[in-house]
Amino acid sequence: MSFEQFIQYIFSGITSGSIYALTALGFTLIYNATGLINLAQGEFVMLGGLMAVAMVALGLPLPVAFLVAVAAVALLAALLQQVAIRPLLPKGVLAQVIATVGASLALRTAAMMIWGREALPLEPFSGDTPLRVAGASLLPQTVWVVGLTLVIVLVLQLFYRRTLTGKAVRACSINPQAARLMGVSYSRVVLLSFIVSGVISAAGGVMITPISFMSYSSGALIGLKGFAAAALGGLGNPMGAVIGGFALGILEGLSVGVISSGYKDAVAFIILLLVLFVRPQGLFGARVVEKE
Amino acid sequence: MTHRGPEAPELTSASSAGRMGDGAAGGTGSPPAVPGAPGRGHVSGGSGGTPGRAFARRNAGFVVLAVVVLCLPLFVSDIYYLSILAFMATRFIVVIGLNLLMAQAGQISLGHAAFVGLGAYGSAILVTKAGFNPWVAMVVAAALSAAVAVVIGIPTLRLKGHYLAMATLGFGEIVLILMIQLKGLTNGTDGITGVPPLTIGGLDFSEPKAYHFLVWGVALVVFLLAQNLTSSRVGRSLRALRRSEIAAESLGVNTSYRKVQVFALSAVLASIAGSFDAHYIQFVSPDQFSITFSIILVTSVVVGGFRSVWGALWGTMVVVILPEVVKRFNEDAVNLVFGLMLILLMIFTPIRFGWLDGLRKRLRRGGGAPSTPPDGGRKRGG
Amino acid sequence: MPVLKVEHVTKRFGGLEALKDVTFSVHEQQIKALIGPNGAGKSTMFNLIAGADKPSEGSISFRAHDLVGRPAHAVSRLGVGRTFQHSRLFDDLSVLENVMVGRYAKTTSGVVTGVLRLPRHSREERQTEEAAARALRRVSLADKAAELAGNLPVGERHLLEIARALATEPDLLLLDEPAAGLNEEETARLSTYVRKMRDDGITVLLVEHDMGFVMDISDEVVVLDYGRKIAEGPPLMIQSNEDVIRAYLGEEI
Repeated sequence: MSFEQFIQYIFSGITSGSIYALTALGFTLIYNATGLINLAQGEFVMLGGLMAVAMVALGLPLPVAFLVAVAAVALLAALLQQVAIRPLLPKGVLAQVIATVGASLALRTAAMMIWGREALPLEPFSGDTPLRVAGASLLPQTVWVVGLTLVIVLVLQLFYRRTLTGKAVRACSINPQAARLMGVSYSRVVLLSFIVSGVISAAGGVMITPISFMSYSSGALIGLKGFAAAALGGLGNPMGAVIGGFALGILEGLSVGVISSGYKDAVAFIILLLVLFVRPQGLFGARVVEKE
Repeated sequence: MTHRGPEAPELTSASSAGRMGDGAAGGTGSPPAVPGAPGRGHVSGGSGGTPGRAFARRNAGFVVLAVVVLCLPLFVSDIYYLSILAFMATRFIVVIGLNLLMAQAGQISLGHAAFVGLGAYGSAILVTKAGFNPWVAMVVAAALSAAVAVVIGIPTLRLKGHYLAMATLGFGEIVLILMIQLKGLTNGTDGITGVPPLTIGGLDFSEPKAYHFLVWGVALVVFLLAQNLTSSRVGRSLRALRRSEIAAESLGVNTSYRKVQVFALSAVLASIAGSFDAHYIQFVSPDQFSITFSIILVTSVVVGGFRSVWGALWGTMVVVILPEVVKRFNEDAVNLVFGLMLILLMIFTPIRFGWLDGLRKRLRRGGGAPSTPPDGGRKRGG
Repeated sequence: MPVLKVEHVTKRFGGLEALKDVTFSVHEQQIKALIGPNGAGKSTMFNLIAGADKPSEGSISFRAHDLVGRPAHAVSRLGVGRTFQHSRLFDDLSVLENVMVGRYAKTTSGVVTGVLRLPRHSREERQTEEAAARALRRVSLADKAAELAGNLPVGERHLLEIARALATEPDLLLLDEPAAGLNEEETARLSTYVRKMRDDGITVLLVEHDMGFVMDISDEVVVLDYGRKIAEGPPLMIQSNEDVIRAYLGEEI
């Protein structure tokens, strides 16, 4: 593979890696708050993209559509948590897995019924004339994706480390009893985690749609790969999730050049199985969540 | 067997417990004298009478089912309904295996479509490309599925909870990708056509009623054997390890071995069902074995209930018949209904099943909600 | 030769040293107690002996057999039985079926014999049921044989777990807080049971917080504190040992 091709693969890898990072972060937030893996996480991404498409079709300008889509998914996430997740928490892991799988299936099918089976496009945020960087062509949308992803990660970092609410959330996942004694409302923390998780996943979905389009079935794959990224970084470790996401994206992108594009998807699953079999705590160590 | 009253707190060592009772000799014993023994009076035959009659008494439900199923072709002639019944039979076989894995052993597989696919593709490839006899191909494909299940199962079944679920999902996806990518073998997304129907001697099973007897015959035998398994020593060990792997291990149960064993068994059943379907539809393609199909298989187990293997029957019936009903209103809504059913069933299930140990441990460490029987607070645990 | 030899056992969890250089033995038909304040490492020690976990250093042997590295089910088959703190019963199985699982290692019929209902399976099942019923009668739980194990009150849960462990015909029985949550009468009955076990040839190692029970029933006591053995000897000697008293200061005994 030539150097230009290599750079090209890296660029595409970083692009999808951003979405994996956001999805992995979404998993991590919910896992840290509840100890539960939200198997419908990928659907948040998918719905973000499709919602934005719908809003644009209704005539809303793109930035507004972005915000509305993200808000809609945030609302959905909150609803899901209140109605479905809360009663599941005492029911045990098997019940939670089955229920979130069911949620994923239901959301996917609803999306198919609303938007059809075609993959739908969205206008790129700032045009589609490629830039030339290091001999490879870079879509401006890619800059948006990576840039916004890094901004989101930074904002979350600041939120969780500097603000009182953020610290309260972290306290909850480290020691729920002590946090409660300090007046932190556990149920509010869980709700917040779901909302933030929905927001960042939906944002990822909106950002990636101009590049790779979005269909009702896109979420399932993104969700699985996002989980693979989170596991690679270490489940429950937010930095691990982000690094895992980018790492997975880059490995996937390079594999297109080294193996073939047909097996691209398999890379994530093989990495997932390797992590789970060989080093379940991931690269940076997973959290053992003290569940409420 | 004398009964000692409660005033004699006699606890002799297990050496007496070990003294093997001679019990009733041979096959004509009495129905279990011990209350609490698992059902179906498996302690030898009923009280006298022919073995056949004893069998019927013990397995009344099964006999009724067999009679009903085998008489159906007398009343049903519409090819469409007969084909639905045929799918129900093979689906039933897969779900029985998955029921053993999930309801009995407490594991989960979100990638079981892969094993159905291995059976279907195995049969299709061996028969159309290598000229194998279909029955031999079915056995070879099943053996292959078992081997894959063991190889995948050993590392995977060490995982618990969502890790296990995700690993099986990943496995399912990998098999799907292989089906599409190994074009030389599988024809990729085009699939393999021209899979011949099954025959025995001169009898051609492409005739719907003949096929009905064949496939339901197999399904009924599998059902009976599965029931035997659940009420056997091995079945009991599965239920024990589902409840608490640690306790089962402490009693001498090699839980890793049993889990992999039941996983392989469920893979074999899925494979056989896949082979039957391949010969019936005479066509295999990758999109028959999607993750959605895996989820629908899990739905069948969950809907039918975890109490016994009968759950596999109820679940299969619901999952095969419901789409026919929903289709009249909206073609696409079926999976939405399944998804919602899964959520609602889990929300309203009273049982806290599966991975109880892990949950308990986490609750205790977190110091949060009270977990198991309150020990009166008098003596604090360490 | 002692039944159980624990030699220089150390167990680390990441940076935490749960057990440090612990050595003790348990002799034939002895009743030995392992005591210590909360977090002293007692349950960890049990897990190491029973094969549920591996020591970081040291050796554990049962008669001539090295236990380290054996999986729990193999340790059980060698003749080591155990009960658990917060009984791990099979709650959705009947009381009788719980004990029947205890007979697992004494029977051999597998998938084929079970599925095909071969005579060997039926014979073994009958024997298993009868052995289990006998075990239940001895702890006076026979009348609850058909009851779901999850419905039993605490005292009976402990007894059931003991009956289940005894069904494996162990030479060494590890009892993890058998008296937790029991009232005086139940504790006295438990003492009788444990003594009878010893008389029948079983060696007992138990972890307990109920000092009355421990002093009453044990031949020897090992005291752990912060993972280290700080004393070992007959109950009376332990009671007056200064280190032991200091370790328990601040703890409600």
